[in-house]
Amino acid sequence: MSDITSQSLFELTSNIKEKKLSSGEITKAFIDRAEKSKKLNVYVTDNFEKAIDQSKKFDSNPNFDLKLPGIPIAVKDLFCTNGVRTTAGSKILNNFVPTYESTVTQNLWSQGAILLGKLNCDEFAMGSSNETSFFGNVQNPVGENLVPGGSSGGSSAAVAANLTPVTIGTDTGGSIRQPASFTGTVGLKPTYGSCSRYGIVAFASSLDQAGPMTKNVRDCSMLLEVISSFDQKDSTSIDYKRNNYSKELSKDIKGKKIGIPKEYRVDNMPDEIEQLWKNGISYAKDCGAEIIDISLPHTNYALPTYYIVAPAEASSNLARYDGVKYGFRSPGQNLIEMYEKTRSEGFGDEVKRRIMIGTYVLSSGYYDAYYLKAQKVRQLIKKDFDDAFSKVDAILTPSTPSSAFKIGEKTNDPVSMYLNDIFTVPINLAGLPGISIPAGKDKNNYPLGLQVIGKPFDEQNILNISYALEDKINFKNDISDWWLRE
Amino acid sequence: MIFQTGGYVNKNSEYLIERENKQYEVIIGLEVHAQVTSESKLFSQSSTKFGAEPNTQVSLVDAAFPGMLPVINEFCIEQAIKTGIGLKAKINKKSVFDRKNYFYADLPQGYQISQYKYPIVGEGKVILDMPNGQKEIGIERLHLEQDAGKSIHDIDPNNTLVDLNRSGVALMEIVSKPDLRSPDEVNVYIKKLRSIMRYLGTCDGNMQEGSLRADVNVSVRLKGETEFGTRCEIKNVNSIKFMQMAIISEANRQIDLLEEGKDIDQETRLFDTKRNETRSMRSKEDAHDYRYFPDPDLLPLEISQELIEKIKSDIPELPDEKKKRFIDKFNLSPYEATILVSDIETSNFFEEVIKNSDVKLATNWITGELFAVLNEKNLEISQSPVSAKNLSKLINLIKDGTISGKIAKTVFEQMIDGDQDPLIIVKEKGLKQESDPKAIEELINKVIENNSDKVAEYKSGKDKLFGFFVGQAMKESKGKGNPQLINKILKEKLNG
Repeated sequence: MSDITSQSLFELTSNIKEKKLSSGEITKAFIDRAEKSKKLNVYVTDNFEKAIDQSKKFDSNPNFDLKLPGIPIAVKDLFCTNGVRTTAGSKILNNFVPTYESTVTQNLWSQGAILLGKLNCDEFAMGSSNETSFFGNVQNPVGENLVPGGSSGGSSAAVAANLTPVTIGTDTGGSIRQPASFTGTVGLKPTYGSCSRYGIVAFASSLDQAGPMTKNVRDCSMLLEVISSFDQKDSTSIDYKRNNYSKELSKDIKGKKIGIPKEYRVDNMPDEIEQLWKNGISYAKDCGAEIIDISLPHTNYALPTYYIVAPAEASSNLARYDGVKYGFRSPGQNLIEMYEKTRSEGFGDEVKRRIMIGTYVLSSGYYDAYYLKAQKVRQLIKKDFDDAFSKVDAILTPSTPSSAFKIGEKTNDPVSMYLNDIFTVPINLAGLPGISIPAGKDKNNYPLGLQVIGKPFDEQNILNISYALEDKINFKNDISDWWLRE
Repeated sequence: MIFQTGGYVNKNSEYLIERENKQYEVIIGLEVHAQVTSESKLFSQSSTKFGAEPNTQVSLVDAAFPGMLPVINEFCIEQAIKTGIGLKAKINKKSVFDRKNYFYADLPQGYQISQYKYPIVGEGKVILDMPNGQKEIGIERLHLEQDAGKSIHDIDPNNTLVDLNRSGVALMEIVSKPDLRSPDEVNVYIKKLRSIMRYLGTCDGNMQEGSLRADVNVSVRLKGETEFGTRCEIKNVNSIKFMQMAIISEANRQIDLLEEGKDIDQETRLFDTKRNETRSMRSKEDAHDYRYFPDPDLLPLEISQELIEKIKSDIPELPDEKKKRFIDKFNLSPYEATILVSDIETSNFFEEVIKNSDVKLATNWITGELFAVLNEKNLEISQSPVSAKNLSKLINLIKDGTISGKIAKTVFEQMIDGDQDPLIIVKEKGLKQESDPKAIEELINKVIENNSDKVAEYKSGKDKLFGFFVGQAMKESKGKGNPQLINKILKEKLNG
């Protein structure tokens, strides 16, 4: 049996069920490794002591019928966890301890999982490199001083560095898929409405969606099966019959029609990304899929549309952090001064930038030109996909226009940072499911991902296609554990 | 007329304010905020009960904790639809909840969930019964929104305290067209609106508890002018009396400005009840930019025709229809009918009384004696000291001649004390009317005997003395003599 922390979720659950490993052993192994991996800065808050207790409790009365029996899992610090500090990577929630549990994390615990701790992320999930976190940047285990992507950067790094078997992130414009791509891991953003948003610190409500981040596609299907549920506490949650994703997982994609959108061949795209895409296409063909050229004509407008809609919603969603009820407060002589000081000191630059953009695009006189127009374009982008899906079963694109970049490389250039999301934001705007799987490496040996986009509620199909491609690609992450201190 | 000060009513029943031979008309529109009668709040399950300890009826959603999401309370939707039907208004099958963004300590989310472009209810109307006839007031729209919490500035000298019990309570904002023209019409309009909602059970209309408040829009123009003047909005006035005072004061302020050749600034004003004047709260330039946009946490609200039909079929008889029925069926005057239907409790009381007793007498007794007592004791009819059952018994005693109307008043005074049964009072006190002709004749004989001088005067032509004999006979009977019988026998005796 290989080292515990390098095992997949599938292996760990099998070993627990076959009583080859106990929850206590597994939990301790991940905690020990985390203690030696502080340099990566993946944890904002750990829950190690309680996790040990809970694993012992599981072992004393194990229930092997559960889907995550005694499996320790760390989650992005955007999910509210009852009794465990939840910061959203922000100073303004530095001292916030929820008295309630998000539906998605509750689904994990209900299936036997144990909370290891809360993982670092960009402040309020606003960022593509985990550099906007109040708790500092995260190191990508792939290479020193590389960003792990964002906003779920702590999550992607933790999975890649074997600090948690699997994790959950949130994806508003690519925050699961881009960091997965940067770390050689698998990340899936489900259809909008698949996973409840109840108890997730909101960034942009019409785009936010929780999803699994894992080492492989099978684990991804196992975790999606647990976290996806209809929830009456979220009015945008959708009541539909969910698949048994792991049970129905299949590599047989013969005859599947896979679309290749020409608009995703963007200017200045590195050759290696182009090559990666070509390889993906030929693997899909090898699996018996039919490749069809398609057009998504409004792709160019997706990024500007996203950077109007998301900040607009964020500017309103973040109004509640005002120092009155909970979280950080900087005292003032009067209410206005308290607001100004609290929010100036409590929010970081990127969050402030987006609040200002959002406030601007919603202001009277600008609303029609920006917000309303963006909503109309959003409909056109959605229609592009509807049209495409009348011809194909899924769409294959690169996940990102580049591999992981150096820490600090783009911090002073927000627009080039935003460009990271160019292939992922259209999927959020259209509310579709999308998955990123590791598909190759660039000249520096940094991972690159391919994205498979599906029809609404068709997660099973993109999981199956990814499962088939994963087998052909046979990607091996090359992580040297450079950060470990003995 | 009450509160017609500051202006006068001309022969065409128009309320006008005069300055040096110029007559100004006052244009009024109301935005009424009516609290929806509902156990729980618009987007959470917290209780809406009035008067609880501060911050004891607050859920995580009401206090806007991170990750909390609003879930619509369907009952409030039905209440809004019901009210819309009561206002003869168009129910919009699709409406949208928007966020109205602004910062305040008692607004936990930093935005109020309201309806901006697409309200749940569209245009409707309310009929006012004015002394000179009916007047129709247009309703522009009705939308649902959340109430804010309450900031309390006068408990702690250094801090403002916040009570979130009210935060998230469902309100209906009912916007009238600028069709109101006098403080009197405002009075009747508010009462009618309140009456309709109380009939429907959609708002208790309790102004003391803040269940009904209004923003009042006022502008003035010279009589005959067709364009509207610049309006000012007077925020959050919580009684009809204050609304009327605010309108008069604000209209006169605006007219004074015009008379001085000055412009009126479009602004939001507050009414200072102690000084009886409005003062500026914020100008148009300082107006908030609320940055309305559709709330992405809530899907557009879609209402099926089936639901509308179901609610329609549950709508009780409303004041206008009830009034018509009372006139047609019971032969009441429009004035009597208006009074009796003005409040659902009153009309229920009336209908209960007339189940077993005479309509005409019941009308007179309810609008006369009973209302006088309620007024005097400052009670609602629901708190009436005399039950409908006992009042109908009293009316039957009058009707069948057991007691006279006059005795009935004595009996009624005693009934007030603990809703006593009039039959028992009449029996115990021996108040039963004397209707035996022989007994009456006997006491009349006695009166004639004792007043032979007056009899002579009467016979010599002093007809007016007849009343004197009636009085004497009544006195002799200790008030119990049947008045009709006394009259009849007296006439026979004196004229015979």
